[in-house]
Amino acid sequence: MPPIIEVEGLVKRYRKATANAVDGISFAVEPGQLFALLGPNGAGKTTTISILTTTLSPTDGQVRIAGHDVQREASAVRREVGIIFQRPSLDHNLSAEQNIRFHAVLYGLYPFRFTFSGMPAAYRKAVLDLAAVMDLQDDLGKPVKSFSGGMIRKLEIIRSLIHHPKVLFLDEPTIGLDPGSRRNLWEYLLGVRKEHGTTVFLTTHYLEEAEQAHDLCVMTKGRIIARGTPAELRSALVEDYVLVDAQDRAALRSELCELGVSFTEGPLLRIPLGAGGIQHLLKSIDTPLTTVRLHSPTLEDAYLAIIGQTEEDQTT
Amino acid sequence: MTEINAILTIAYRDLLKLLGDRQRLVLGFIFPVFFIGVLGGSMQANLAQAAGYDFLPFIFTGIFAQTLFQSTTQGIISLIADRENDFSQEMFVSPVSRYSIIFGKILGESSVAMVQGLPIILFGILVGVRPSASQLLGLLLIGIAVCLFGGAFGVLTLSNLKDQRSVGQVVPLIMFPQFFLSGAFVPVKVLPLPLEILSRVSPMRYAVDLTRGTYYAGLPEFGKVVLDPVLLNAVVAAGLFVIFLVAGTTLFVRNERNR
Repeated sequence: MPPIIEVEGLVKRYRKATANAVDGISFAVEPGQLFALLGPNGAGKTTTISILTTTLSPTDGQVRIAGHDVQREASAVRREVGIIFQRPSLDHNLSAEQNIRFHAVLYGLYPFRFTFSGMPAAYRKAVLDLAAVMDLQDDLGKPVKSFSGGMIRKLEIIRSLIHHPKVLFLDEPTIGLDPGSRRNLWEYLLGVRKEHGTTVFLTTHYLEEAEQAHDLCVMTKGRIIARGTPAELRSALVEDYVLVDAQDRAALRSELCELGVSFTEGPLLRIPLGAGGIQHLLKSIDTPLTTVRLHSPTLEDAYLAIIGQTEEDQTT
Repeated sequence: MTEINAILTIAYRDLLKLLGDRQRLVLGFIFPVFFIGVLGGSMQANLAQAAGYDFLPFIFTGIFAQTLFQSTTQGIISLIADRENDFSQEMFVSPVSRYSIIFGKILGESSVAMVQGLPIILFGILVGVRPSASQLLGLLLIGIAVCLFGGAFGVLTLSNLKDQRSVGQVVPLIMFPQFFLSGAFVPVKVLPLPLEILSRVSPMRYAVDLTRGTYYAGLPEFGKVVLDPVLLNAVVAAGLFVIFLVAGTTLFVRNERNR
């Protein structure tokens, strides 16, 4: 299957800006994947998502969504994507269901009717089903004004899914949500992806959210500086190591030297884990150990290492 | 069909918004009361004899046209507020033509303005304006045209504004002088040349004069009150409507995407 998102040499320079907000990035996303775009504030993530969703024109480069060019076939692209913006974009004067209804009509799914009960049965079923999944079925008639941040996000997800988009864009969707709401949101999104095969394109600051991604790109200052699966990024940039110590540290030190194991000495002895792994290492040490602490890098470690490295490169 | 549905939906949303906005509804009633009652009353008492015609219907028709025109213009400019609280993002990522979005918005704001025009007619009758049935019908029909024209003017204005702050600064500057230059509040039959030129470039002038031309048709005061022939006003207003709408929408859409 061809990629559902294809980005080729994308450049965006805002009017009157002196530097490119997006500086020649290329990537592709396979259908059904969860793709994450990471990066610090100002990296160009929102600019990228705005171009991919046709609300902003690129300065240069090619972007195709579900086979349609974002510049020449904007309307076709819009039909295939759902978007959850960084800042909620609901009409607070309307009820939750009216927001969904207006969206459904704008997407040409159903004719407009003045009341919910007047809408076609298929629409009512779709709304009630999604509301049940999102646990919002009792709040559909309430004005959005009265909603909490978590409810607003849930409503936006319902709205964005009503037209069965092939790609769902989420621009830092969990900002301002409490941990409980955030976890619920992810469970719902996982369900949606499994059920409909929706591709999810996510930008986030939260590294643990990106851990679930099939594929991710790290962006800073408009460029992609690292790309791969979370595991690839972790292993490429941060090594696994083990911290050990013994009552008789001198004996341990000399034994490690004899074995030819390299280590660095801090409060504990830090041994990088090579190809042999921890089992092999521990078996070969005879000195009684008092501490063995295995360290596996998180994506956050990798992310910080990548961002830190680029900043160092740029200052030198 | 999709586009028509979308236009109606966008329009309906504006009407719903008005009905939920008590403050705006009440204000919509207070202004005509103030202007027709106070302005019309005082001018009637002081100037009517010198001018040789009844000032009450003059002010009444002027306020009616000015309110409809201005209400629609400002309603369209509220798209900027929509953009800042991000609702317009939702509209602009939908697969609806940008022209349909703008047109739906004009239609919505026009119906909002018409709802606000009703108290003006009621109050006018209350203070002694006596429109005939055909004059009433004429007011309603021409009122719709005035709204659409005001909406197109709003689109052009909108396309040149950046944010709420520039709305606050620029909009009074382009609306307030028109109240006087258009002849809505005061007669502009005779003006010094510089003011005459300014009056002729005020779009609101054509809206107001078109309304009066319709209202006064066949009456003896026609020549004293109405500035230009109805047909001329209609042609100018229609021409400007098309230019404002096309140029405004094109500019607006381009500025939205080419940031």
